[in-house]
Formats: sequence, C-alpha cells, structure tokens
Amino acid sequence: MNIPDGWQIDIGLEIHAQLNTQSKIFSGASTLFGSDPNIQASAVDLALPGVLPVVNEAVYAKAIRFGLGVSAEIARISAFDRKNYFYPDLPKGYQITQMDLPIVTGGHIDIFLEDGTVKRIRITRAHLEEDAGKSLHEDFDSFTGIDLNRAGTPLLEIVSEPDIKSAYEAVAYARKIHQLVTYLDICDGNMSQGSLRFDANISVRREDSATLGIRAEIKNLNSFRFLERAIVYETDRQISLLEANKSVPQETRLYDPGKDETRPMRSKETATDYRYFPEPDLLPVVVTDEKINAIKAEMPELPAERCQRFIDEFKLTVADSNLLASDRNLADYFEIAAENSKNALLSANWVKSELLGHLNRDSLSIKDSPVSAIQLGELVSLIGADTISGKIAKDVFSALWAGEATSATTYIEQHGLQQLTDQSALEPLILEILNANPKQRQQLLSGKHKLMGFFVGQVMKQTQGKANPQQVNTIIKRLLQESP
Amino acid sequence: MISNEELDLLGDLAQLSLDPDSRESTLAAINEVLELVATLNAAECENVKPLAHPLETEQMLRPDAVSETNQRDKFSQVAPLFEEGLYLVPKVIE
Amino acid sequence: MNLNNATISELHQLLISKAISAKELTKHFLDRIAEHDNQINSFITVTPDIALEQAKAADRALASGKHTMLTGIPLAHKDIFCIDGIRTTAGSKILADFIAPYTSTCIDKLNNAGSITLGKTNMDEFAMGSSNESSFFGPVSNPWDNTKVPGGSSGGSAASLAASLCVASTGTDTGGSIRQPASMCGLTGLKPTYGRISRWGMIAFASSLDQAGSFTRTAEDAAILLEYMAGHDNKDSTSLNLSVPRYTAALSKPLAGVKIGLCSDYFKEGLDSEVENLVLEGIRELGRMGAEISEIELPHTKFSLSSYYVIAPAECSANLSRYDGVRYGYRCDNPVNLEDLYKRSRSEGFGTEVKKRIMVGTFALSAGYYDAYYRKAQQIRRLIKNDFISAFKQVDVIVGPTAPGTAFPLGAKTNDAVSMYLQDIYTIAASLAGVPAMSIPVGLSKGLPVGLQLIGNYLEEAKLLQVAHQFQQQTDWHKQQPQSFM
Repeated sequence: MNIPDGWQIDIGLEIHAQLNTQSKIFSGASTLFGSDPNIQASAVDLALPGVLPVVNEAVYAKAIRFGLGVSAEIARISAFDRKNYFYPDLPKGYQITQMDLPIVTGGHIDIFLEDGTVKRIRITRAHLEEDAGKSLHEDFDSFTGIDLNRAGTPLLEIVSEPDIKSAYEAVAYARKIHQLVTYLDICDGNMSQGSLRFDANISVRREDSATLGIRAEIKNLNSFRFLERAIVYETDRQISLLEANKSVPQETRLYDPGKDETRPMRSKETATDYRYFPEPDLLPVVVTDEKINAIKAEMPELPAERCQRFIDEFKLTVADSNLLASDRNLADYFEIAAENSKNALLSANWVKSELLGHLNRDSLSIKDSPVSAIQLGELVSLIGADTISGKIAKDVFSALWAGEATSATTYIEQHGLQQLTDQSALEPLILEILNANPKQRQQLLSGKHKLMGFFVGQVMKQTQGKANPQQVNTIIKRLLQESP
Repeated sequence: MISNEELDLLGDLAQLSLDPDSRESTLAAINEVLELVATLNAAECENVKPLAHPLETEQMLRPDAVSETNQRDKFSQVAPLFEEGLYLVPKVIE
Repeated sequence: MNLNNATISELHQLLISKAISAKELTKHFLDRIAEHDNQINSFITVTPDIALEQAKAADRALASGKHTMLTGIPLAHKDIFCIDGIRTTAGSKILADFIAPYTSTCIDKLNNAGSITLGKTNMDEFAMGSSNESSFFGPVSNPWDNTKVPGGSSGGSAASLAASLCVASTGTDTGGSIRQPASMCGLTGLKPTYGRISRWGMIAFASSLDQAGSFTRTAEDAAILLEYMAGHDNKDSTSLNLSVPRYTAALSKPLAGVKIGLCSDYFKEGLDSEVENLVLEGIRELGRMGAEISEIELPHTKFSLSSYYVIAPAECSANLSRYDGVRYGYRCDNPVNLEDLYKRSRSEGFGTEVKKRIMVGTFALSAGYYDAYYRKAQQIRRLIKNDFISAFKQVDVIVGPTAPGTAFPLGAKTNDAVSMYLQDIYTIAASLAGVPAMSIPVGLSKGLPVGLQLIGNYLEEAKLLQVAHQFQQQTDWHKQQPQSFM
C-alpha cells in the first residue's frame, strides 16, 4: 500500500482473543461453538435475578501465559469492573471487564517489515472480559433474535500502542498475535469462528504534526484481509476528508466486505458513558510469584525460540525454519515427521512442498491433513533408506492422501514398489540398454552428457521407476569406463 | 444539582423514559438526594484508598469444568418473546 | 402451649415428642395466614401446596428420627429469594409474573434442613425503602397498629412474624432492612457479617451491602437459623470461606466482663426521647447484668448516610439493568424499536423510588462526577470501617438505638425522602463496614415496640447473640405481642 506523500498513519489494534477454555469465564456453561441457540446459556449467562459470577481459574492461567509470552508485567493484584451499556446481546446491561487493574500490562511484539528489518510494537495492556451473545438479524422480518451461547465466553483483549503505521504492519502484528496465542495454546485461532477479532483505531495526520489525528474505530474485523482492506479504505477516506478541509468525526465504524468500505455504525449509541466501577460481585484476584513461576515452567516454546532450534538442531535453512515454525501445528507436524523419519532435512522438504501443496490445493488446514505426521515420517524414512525413489514416494503420498493406503510400508509391499537396489540385477539390464542404443552410447562417450538423462530415463522406464536414479547413473558411468 | 439536560442524559444512560408530567418532580427528587449526599464534600479523604468490598478478601477461582446442562426449555418459559430458540427484540440495525 | 408465640426451640420439642405433627403445625399457620393476612398484607404469595408437601416429608423425617432443629418449622421467606417454581417478585411489577427457575442457596439450605415454606413475604420494591410502602403489591401494615408501617424493606417478613403468621422469617439487610423493621415490629432481627450467608439466588439491590438474615422471636432462634443459613458457597465469590461456628453453644455464657461501647453520635438530635430513654434503660440493664459499659468514638458515622446513598444507588443502577424486557420479566406492549422496548418496559415496570435511585446511581458513576461522588463515598466507607476496627479494639459490642423512632403512620413519609432515609441513620454504618448487627426489643413507647441495636466485630455473631440472649433471659420485651394477633 502506498501512503500518500505528506501523510502519516497511526493505528492501534485491540485484538479480542477467545480463550480456549472448556467453560465460560464466569459460569460453568460450555463454550462449544456452533450449538443450537441458547442451549449453553446458563442462569448466569442469562443474567437471571440473583445470579453471581465466579472466575474460571484457567482463564487467569492463560492470560498470565500470554503476558509472559510478550514479556509483560503480570499484575499481582488485578480486579474486575463493570462497563455499563444496554444491548440485547449483553444480558446484564453491563460487561464484566478489567479497567483499572488489568492482569497484563506492557510487553511487546516484534514484527518483520517488508524490507526485512524488525520493528517493535508495544502492547499497552491485555485484560480479561466476557464476550457478548450474538444478534441474528436475518431470521425474522421485524425482530432480531438473540443467541446467548457465546455470552460469557472468555476474552483476552490485547491493546497495542498506536505504533502501527500501515496496513502491512497491522497485518504483520495481527498475524504475530495469532501465531503467539495459538503457540501458547490459549486460543484456537479459528478466524472463521470469530476466535480472534480485531478493532482498529485509525487516524491520519500531516507528517509534520506531532499529535495524533482524530481516530475512527473500525469494529469487529474478523480476518487479516478485512483488517488490511479496512485500513486501506479508512486511511484513504480520512486523508480525502482532511485534504478537502473537512474534519474526521470521532466515531465507531463497520467494514462492509461486500462493498469494501467502512460506514458509521447505525445502531444508536446512547451509552457513550460506560460508567465503569469496581465489580462488587467479584473480589480482587491475587496472583503469587509461585503461581507465575509454575506457569512459566509450563510455558511452551515460543515461535522465535523454535525457529532457532530448528536451525541449530536440524540444520534447516533460515527460510525453511521460519516457514515451519510460523504455525504451531505445522511445526508440531514437522517435528513428529522428523522424529519418525530420522531425517529432518528431507522431512522439511516434504512438509513444505508435498504436504503444504496438497493442503493448499484442497484448502485444508494442517490439523485436517489426511496424511498424519507419523505417516509422512514413515514415508520419508523409506526414501532416506533408498527403499523407494522420490518419484514413487510421490505416488505413495497421493495414495495416503486419498485414503487408499494407511501405511507407506504396507502399500509399497503390496504394490511391489521397492527400489531396485540390487546391483547384480540392475547391471545386466543397464548393459542391455546401452547395447541397444549404440548411437546414443557413442554420443555420451564423446561428451554429450545430456544423454545420461536419456539412459537413466530408459532404465527407470524398464524398472517402472523402482530403480534409484543416482545408482543407475553411477553404474552407467562405471560400465562405460570399463568398456568404452 | 443536575440540570434538565443532564436529566435527559441520565434517562438515556439508564434507559428510563421521562414522563413530561412528572419530569419536574423527578428532577427535584434526584436533586434532593444529591443535596443530602453533598455532605460527602466535608469529609477529609486525602490518601484514603477507596473501599469496594467490606471484607478485603481475595477472589477464589473455579476449576475450568462444564457444570451446567441445557436448561433452555425451562429458562425460556419466563421469556416474553421466544421463538426458534431465540429471544426476540425489535429489529436492530447495526 | 400457645403456638402463636412459640419459638423454634419450643416447637422443635413438640415436634420430636410427637405432641404435634409438622402437618398440623403447618396447617395452623396456613389457616392464620388465610384468616389474618388480609389485615396486614404481609404475603405476596402463599404456597400452601408446597408447604403441606414439605410438612409431609418433615413428618416422615421426624418419624424416622432423621431430623434437624428446623424439621417441620414453618417459615416465611422474603420475596427477594428465588425459589424454583415459585413466583419471585422482589416487590416489583417488573417481576410480578416471574416464576424463578432455580433456588437460592440460603433457602435451599433451610429447605434441606426440613423447614416449611409458607410463602413469600411482601417487601419494598427491590428492597429500596424503609416502610414497605414502595411495594408493587401494596403496603404492609404493622400488626401493632395497622395504621402504621412495619418498617422496611423486609416489612412483610417482620409483620408476618409479629402477627404470628409464621414461626420465623428470612429477610435481607442492605442498610437496615432487617434491623429497622425488627425494631418497629418488636422482633429479634439479625444481619450477619457481610459474606456470612450466600447471596446466590437473592435478588441484588446493592451487591457489596446486601446480606441475608432473619427475624425471630428470640436470639436463641436467630442462632439456630444462622447455623443453617450461614456458610461458604462456591456460587458466591463474596461468601466467606470459613467454617460456621455453633452459635447456640455460646448463648448461655453470662455477661460478666463483656465490654459494651456507647457512641454519643447515636444519641443526637433526631432521636425520639422516649426511644432514647428505653434504649438507655436497656443499656443500664446490660450493665446490671455485668457488662462493662464505656464510651467509644465512631467519628465518621456522620458521613455514613451520604456514603450509603451514593454507593447503594450506584450499585443498584447497574444491578437493575438486567430488567430490560428481553429474557424475563415485564415487557411493554408493542415496542416500536429497541429503545422503546427498553425505556417503556423499565419505566412501566419499575416504581418511582427505584427509578429515582437508578438515576441517582447513574449520575454518581457518570463521567465527571465519579470521583466526587462514587470514589469519595468509597473512601468514606474505608474510614467508617476503620472506625469500627478501632472501636472493637476497646469493646466487644456497640449498642444504641436501631431506629430514631417507633413505627410511623402509613403515608407519613412517602413524600419526604430525606426523612425516610433518616430511618436508617443508625443502621447504615454497620452495613457499609460489613460488620454483624442485630436489633432486639427493648420496650414499648406509646404501645409501639422500640429496638436496641447491637453491633459486633467481624464474624462475631456469637458474641452478639450471647448478649442478646442474656438480655432476653432478664427481660420479657421480646415476649410482647400485638393484641389483635395473639
């Protein structure tokens, strides 16, 4: 994206990450996605008269894990507040959140810019709160239907400083957060189910201005692409307004993916004064050093650490290592495959080419791969042991992918695909082929190396691909030397 | 003391309508309470930490386990308008 | 034995000796309700079917010997406690047809102990009031004089017991809602330490102040009930995770050596002189019984009313947002849009006092006013708490009047909010601090009961109950009953 000359963009992101707990933040109702409406709305979630919230322990542990993951400060005493506003998907008429004493303060995320340099984005805070229910506008002509299954799902709201200066940086930052929360196993990262949602506070200013411009908040962006598009549209809009000497009103807007534009939220925002005050139904949460140390001890390896380990331990290239460590599930897959194949480099090649190629082709996520990491590891080990050729291996992979096989070894045995590595069997065949093609043999001898490919191809054809091309190559060379 | 405009704002924030007939008496009643509590100003409170809970104990945490079952049929019986598993409100345009 | 003035412990003896069955006892009180409640309007809902069903179970338990002190004891519950399958209104039109789909922990415990639920008692709407006149279901009359109020907000619970329509009743106290009606109806009313009894299922008025408690004929009965009602609840984060003492065990200790504090702030202008005299005479009686009486200071008590009338409305303004006509409760006819649904449902569903407090609380929390009102009130709250902490280093119990006067005529203060709020002038400080307090009868003034307030240190309900019980061994004010309901 091109930022118009003379303008500067300032973006702060608020990222809502649904924490992947079994039960809700303040009730024992399930957080399962996609159930029939309101079957997971408990008395607490419905805000029946007389009900009270109780804090879920796992929610705290996960928030602390995030804080440690971004080198933030963990509050030894944090507390909940009520944020008051009326909306039908907010049953109590207030949201329980953390205003004054959030669990996580400070911290940072490093992103890579387009030129490869590293930029640090500061995190202001991350606090716990409850998700709202869902308003369904399409099901009835004159009514909006309210489904409160989601009400009370735990959210970690991660607030950045306005350090983000472009749509590219925003997406890079958002992706890093996505990577981190999935690595930390605190959020399933499922964008299509709304597990990670972005609010972007966007403002523009003249390059020589020292103060931030008036911002618009674009709410509820649920994909990296929409985040990018919304920022591009919104910055253009704001610059146009300012260039026409109009002012940018401070407002909340929505991004319409269909029209690729942002528009002001139409629902009347009467409650612009949230009247925060300490939640009297909950007490301050005390986190001890012991607790933090226990969580620290159980911290999974973070992406940067894992990437470095792949380089050190498996001798992967920086690029391959970056790619494989970028996603926790992918990295886990690779490591299992490498472990099972005892050949990390070859496993890395197979994961990034064959596996990712197939996943991409079939629009599948790594979790849904029909070929398991153990299966791929076995296949790679067979290539490494020269049991099959790379070419045959691709066929076996396809068979595994299609579900026609469950084990590479079995499939190879059943179909007799073992590589012909027996030199005594290969030699007569090669000699026969050399003798059957005297012209080409002569040309090869006279230095036309291209013809080596011809002979190897002939041998592969005769052996239905079961010969090892490397070995065939060596044998041809030796035979020609022995009898030119 | 609050003004008429502030009264409107409070009505909007609290989602209470202000009946024109009783508007004046409502305003007077609220201001009477505010006058009563104005003695707060006389209290010397510098450096006093606000007390939100009478007993300053700490929050207990609940284990992360699903303890609730589906009670939609029971809970929806007290709902004024409930159809197809949903609570209905007049159409909202976002 | 006259069942109409019998205590829990006396009836327990009759029940276990099979002198009377739980069914007979229950029927006796159901009949009395049917006969007399039209004079005082103390019940919103009477539950004879449930009561008789529970009585049957109680009789089985008694027959098998598997009983508690409460087995077969007929109780009345303030209509602020949710009970599964029973209409629970909080005295409001907005919940006039609300059938609670679950049971509050407190009532659940009483039910499990085998007690009988006679019905749900009248109350000020959402417990906001000191005279039981803000109820959507009409005012309650004081059995001592049916032209007078019973006090509030737990007016129905107090009146039903004073009229002998039950053996004991439950209530809630946010700023004096148990103690003040107990004083006006000649009963023993106990508000335990904040957090002693679970708030789960108790409809919230002001969460950091609300506390369940009881109305009984004697301190001994209060001790019995508390043993069953108190205790930690996993569903209430603010309930205290402490074991429940045997309150009944400490009752018989004599008063010798017990230190009683007197605060001059509780005897200032506004206190009816006859009430003052009776209270002082009661204190002298405690002295004669061996208690050591001394003066103490509670210097910030004078700010308690203003602190309370910021904090309670602020919390209620949020607590009552859930009544929006969407998931339960009153919904206006034909709302044209969402705002109309909200505004009309709430404005038609809530009464005047409730709406006023929501507005005051909304204001106290709003931008620009939060620090001057809400924050300041919370700071004063700490000062008040600190006052009590210092005072209880010197004394065991603080005594004084419960209310500035006796029961006043119905309608006398409905248009004078400040004078109504002043009813709670002596009870509010203990609520803000969260310390336990009770009111016990200390005499009659012009034929109307007067209450003596006892305030104890955190978790020292046993000490309060001991002092009250000992006083009741020497006096018989608690045995007085209104003529027309004896």
